Amino acid sequence: MSGHRRVKDISYDEDDLDYDYDEGDEYYEDEAGDDTLSPEDQEQMRVGTIKVREALGPSITATEKEIQDALWNYYYDVANSVKHIRSIKLPKQTKPAEQPKPTKSESRFDQAAKAAANAASASKKPGPSPDDIVINAQKKGTQTGKHDAKKKASATDMAKGETNDGLEKLSVKEIGSKNLDVVAEFEKSGLKNAANFVVIGHVDHGKSTLMGRLLYDLNVVDKRSIDRLQREADTIGKSSFALAWVMDQTSEERNRGVTVDIAMNHFETSKTRFTILDAPGHQDFVPNMIAGASQADFAVLVIDAGTNSFESGLKGQTKEHALLVRSLGVQRLVVAVNKMDAANWLSERFEEIKQQMSAFLTNAGFHNKNVAFIPCSGLTGDNVARSVPQGTAPWYDGPTLVSALEAAEPAARALTAPLRITIADIFRGGIVHPLSISGRLEAGTLQVGDVVHAAPAGELARVSGLEVDDEAVDWAVAGQIATVHLSDIDGAQHLRLGDVLCSPQHPVPTVTKFTAKILSFEHVLPMQVSVLRGRVDAAGHVEALVATLDKSSGAVVKRKPKIVQPGAVARVRIRLDKGIPLEDGARVVLRVEGKTVAAGLVEVVDEVKKKATGGES
Amino acid sequence: MKLIKQDIDKRTGFGSAVLLPEEPEDMWHAYNLISPNDLVRASAIRRVQQETAVGSTTSNRVHTVLTLRVTSTDFDSDAGQLHVSGRVAEENRFVKLGAYHTLDLELNRNFTLIKGDESGGVGSVQLSGADATDRVSVVVGGWDSIALATLEEATDARRRAQIWAVVMQDGLANICLITEHQTLLRQRVEVPIPRKRRGGQSEQDKALAKFFDTVLSTLLRHMELPPVSAAGSTAASGGATAKKRFNTNGIVTNHPPSTPPSASTSDPTVLPLLLASPGFTASAFHTYIKETAQRSASKPLLALLLRVLVAHSSTGHMHSLAEVIASPSIASKLADTRYARESGLMDRFFKMLRLDDGRATYGPREVENAVEKGACGRGGGVLLISNALFRSNNVAERRRWVTLVDKVKEMEGGEVRVLSSAHESGKRLESLGGVAAILTFAVEEEDEDNVEDIANISDG
Repeated sequence: MSGHRRVKDISYDEDDLDYDYDEGDEYYEDEAGDDTLSPEDQEQMRVGTIKVREALGPSITATEKEIQDALWNYYYDVANSVKHIRSIKLPKQTKPAEQPKPTKSESRFDQAAKAAANAASASKKPGPSPDDIVINAQKKGTQTGKHDAKKKASATDMAKGETNDGLEKLSVKEIGSKNLDVVAEFEKSGLKNAANFVVIGHVDHGKSTLMGRLLYDLNVVDKRSIDRLQREADTIGKSSFALAWVMDQTSEERNRGVTVDIAMNHFETSKTRFTILDAPGHQDFVPNMIAGASQADFAVLVIDAGTNSFESGLKGQTKEHALLVRSLGVQRLVVAVNKMDAANWLSERFEEIKQQMSAFLTNAGFHNKNVAFIPCSGLTGDNVARSVPQGTAPWYDGPTLVSALEAAEPAARALTAPLRITIADIFRGGIVHPLSISGRLEAGTLQVGDVVHAAPAGELARVSGLEVDDEAVDWAVAGQIATVHLSDIDGAQHLRLGDVLCSPQHPVPTVTKFTAKILSFEHVLPMQVSVLRGRVDAAGHVEALVATLDKSSGAVVKRKPKIVQPGAVARVRIRLDKGIPLEDGARVVLRVEGKTVAAGLVEVVDEVKKKATGGES
Repeated sequence: MKLIKQDIDKRTGFGSAVLLPEEPEDMWHAYNLISPNDLVRASAIRRVQQETAVGSTTSNRVHTVLTLRVTSTDFDSDAGQLHVSGRVAEENRFVKLGAYHTLDLELNRNFTLIKGDESGGVGSVQLSGADATDRVSVVVGGWDSIALATLEEATDARRRAQIWAVVMQDGLANICLITEHQTLLRQRVEVPIPRKRRGGQSEQDKALAKFFDTVLSTLLRHMELPPVSAAGSTAASGGATAKKRFNTNGIVTNHPPSTPPSASTSDPTVLPLLLASPGFTASAFHTYIKETAQRSASKPLLALLLRVLVAHSSTGHMHSLAEVIASPSIASKLADTRYARESGLMDRFFKMLRLDDGRATYGPREVENAVEKGACGRGGGVLLISNALFRSNNVAERRRWVTLVDKVKEMEGGEVRVLSSAHESGKRLESLGGVAAILTFAVEEEDEDNVEDIANISDG
């Protein structure tokens, strides 16, 4: 089945290719191919030949001529050509696309090189290649001494040449793809540093307002929009919320004045492109905050400098959020001491908060050098994007919030690992893209045309479009938060928030039982818990307390403890009511009755099932 | 359940009871009462094959009364059905002795339960407590103390509180019925709701309306209330269109209600409805019901509105129900119900356990050890035990727990609470191994290796 479906897909993509290459006639002017064919035809023939070879697999050896004849006869319809060749060659072959073979790579390479030189701009062509393959291919390409071509031609060509080699290794083939070498593409793209940060803190400490201010001052949001929001806010008597409404857009959030869900926004400074994930501070929405924090490279902790606010926050979500982001793997923290205008910009207050928080954060496992304290005021905008007006706070000579954000070092990207995207949202991207998801690429790379495996449904889907920072792109790499438009999958049936898109070669197992090493914040007993990972909020229970461990060495202190005390490290076994996609090393959070009881690392998973990677058949 | 006739010798544990189950909940009691090796006599339908002299066979379904020696029971909580499997113990003209049969116990039809006949493994056990001088002999197997208590509870005719509850969060709702003895998950509704996104507002609102609509119609169907008429909702087209859309691509499809509307509208006793969620979902849903009720002027819905309780829970998962029931505002309204008591008890136990002063323990071996040392006795000792343990198919296993219960009750003077495994609190207990105890003094934990050695020795 799957083979047929794919083959059908190929023929669609042929059409795409046709369009895309229309404007690039001169690519092939000195191509030493069939002179009688127009460039479009050549290109079709070329691509079609590869396709057919792939589809035929290694066991059928058809000559170039045979394939091209077949293609010509069937007007480049790959499906029919494959059928034809198969019927004359080896009728018993059933499973296509196992081990594609390269066609004569020399000419194609040159051709591709030219193509790329002109058509680096020619965009939106589908194409996946799991990185390891691409990299292998890359190596190979280098060895075969095509340095020159590679150096001068853009990466597009590289990818083309290489992928042809790489195709040998593909077990699930890529179709209609531009076959970019995404890693190389990324390296040479010279993108600015990009960072995602999550804004955390206690409810009503002004996270959304601060971010609204930041966007406004950086001209991401124009004056008119702000004025409109201000009027709307005034009419319902919440004028101080106007800036927060830049982030809080749902009617519920505006009416109640509380952020409910993660809001995402982008801005750019001269050095870095940022993605803001504005987290809800309210205790009930900590699962949403976790969903945001799991997409972040670093965190901005917003603290209300007002009397009592700081103290009550420290007991509440200031503490919980800080512990959570730390246990979710965030190392760097910018502490924005907000509402300094209400505290009259007193240096004493700032210092007091700084001291208390430093002590707490060090305890929580943040390194001092990774924590920056910035006094600011979201409402007035002082020390957010512009520094404090003269005379207001003569004691402060540090950076503004924005420059503190810029100090973020680019996070390491797991480019070469297999693809992983945890679905943070599923929506209808419009008429062209009826099914879209968004989420952060935790590892790997993705390009338009890639086939991805959706776990736990075990279905394959194809990437029909990609957006990063609201702009259509050809590829995305680990660390970016991308919107992925999918086709060939029934989203209502197979996709849920928290599912994982992964490379078909390395699917994520679906797990109902796992062992985790946890750091407990509250007492942990064998009890029912919510297991949170990204957007996943799964019901389950702690089945057994395996052992308490030594905090530093990890050695077993006591086996089978009755209870795990707060602050202790333990190994526990957890069973879930329903399987979720999970891998060793994933970070999970355990919550009970609205409290975070522990955060941990998955150590061993017992998978329930591993769906075949080839989809149904 | 009605007790029609009873003939039980409490001394030997032998005897029979004739029972008449009247409502689905009674099947749950029957499930807890009937254990392997008991004899159950009830009417049954059996297919009988007859061979004529010429060798052709005919197959008939006959109604007959069968007596089975029970080998296993199977309870379907959703349908409220109990299947009793066993071997025929009394031959009749249709069925041979020893033939296998599975009975479906039926509502409003008597069945007879005989326990403690010779092969039932009745025995009496000498208990010795911490104080070795007083010895008590108790019946184990047959109509032992647990079986009698269950029988008493099952035949208690008082009307019991029932409540509907919807535990929800955005996109997920668990609709359940809490009865005195069980929490029944009637339906889980999942509707994908897009998250907050720039420009995605209308999409989200639409999905939310669809979600509420689905939950409400599903809820009404389960409560056997008439669905809100489509005619009434034309005024607000949002709801109506959402409903239509949903029928084509939703997870739950609407069926016509099982009872005619007139039957339930005349029913004055509307069960209370508890809505619980994190954040604002429950109150938004409450508002939605209110609007729908006003729009459609549906009487049953308006009546229902008066009985709605809105509460806070930390998640939309079923296990949050325990936390909802324990919350003061709800607890006061449900005060005298069994599930509230059980929930409170579990909370107390967990509180004790958190103190970690050794005065609370859990797990089979640990509790037995504590009872052995007399720590679960007069003056505050409480044994919490899930009734799932008494349903064990292994006779020796059941005997072990009955002995433990009797020991605490008879010898030590401690309190015993049997928790229903079908409630959330019982599930919490089950995750602790099904048995836990609040102790009067701290019992030293035996060294683990030691315990294992002992276990090995006793096994060998």
